[in-house]
Amino acid sequence: MKMKTALISVVLGLLFWFGLNGRLETGVLISGIVVVAIAAAFHVKDAVFGDVKFSPRAFIAFIAWLVVFVGELIKSNIDVMLRVISPKVRINPAIVEVKTKLKTPLGRLALANSITLTPGTLTTDIKGDSLFIHWIDASSTDVEGATKAIVAKFEKQLEVVFG
Amino acid sequence: MEMTGAVLALIGSIIFFLSALGLIRMPDLYNRIQTGTKATTLGTIILSIGLCLIHPEWTGKLVILILFIVLTNPISSHVVARGAHYSGQEMTDKTVGDALTEEDKDKEGTP
Repeated sequence: MKMKTALISVVLGLLFWFGLNGRLETGVLISGIVVVAIAAAFHVKDAVFGDVKFSPRAFIAFIAWLVVFVGELIKSNIDVMLRVISPKVRINPAIVEVKTKLKTPLGRLALANSITLTPGTLTTDIKGDSLFIHWIDASSTDVEGATKAIVAKFEKQLEVVFG
Repeated sequence: MEMTGAVLALIGSIIFFLSALGLIRMPDLYNRIQTGTKATTLGTIILSIGLCLIHPEWTGKLVILILFIVLTNPISSHVVARGAHYSGQEMTDKTVGDALTEEDKDKEGTP
């Protein structure tokens, strides 16, 4: 659990370090490893990434989630832009409740963020395993219908990665 | 290359403009957040990709910028929406349902 958090923190930290430096040199690499190791040591005890699963299946699921996510992000922007420029503002908003099967905090964070960036939905609150979502064009206000329409497309992949 | 980058930056700016227009046209706070969050996220991504093409040496920093925007933008809008709801911000007349208020009322009803 702690090893996993340390490993992921160091890899992410080094990627950031090289992104900010923009060049690959031995001196940069050594100072980067030292800085990243110190930074990672500070939050190893929280085991933030302890729930992430390492397996080929999780990796494929992550890529699949990324593809779905980018597609939905573009779709959501076209959707919102059409609403904004249409002469009569077409909205039918509601706050609906949906249920999630994800158990881990990191998984729920990823789900809530994905929902916020997809067409017409905005996560307003999380209580237990219910998410309350402001939906700009609510087609169904009951729990099952809303869950199917909003959560289902992301949950399948996130379940494999975060459990 | 620079031409493509400039066109992408222009598209990003147009998306920003439409999101600003949405802030004016939408009837209540929640719907304004909707246009604000989504459009600025994609706008920043496209604008940054355009800048990557114009200045290739900035790519690393711009990629990090995109990552931070994608991770933090939804969180901040979520917090604003949550705070607004609990401070009693009115929803527009067109609203068809509010499960969160009902849930809170249920909790108060059962001691």
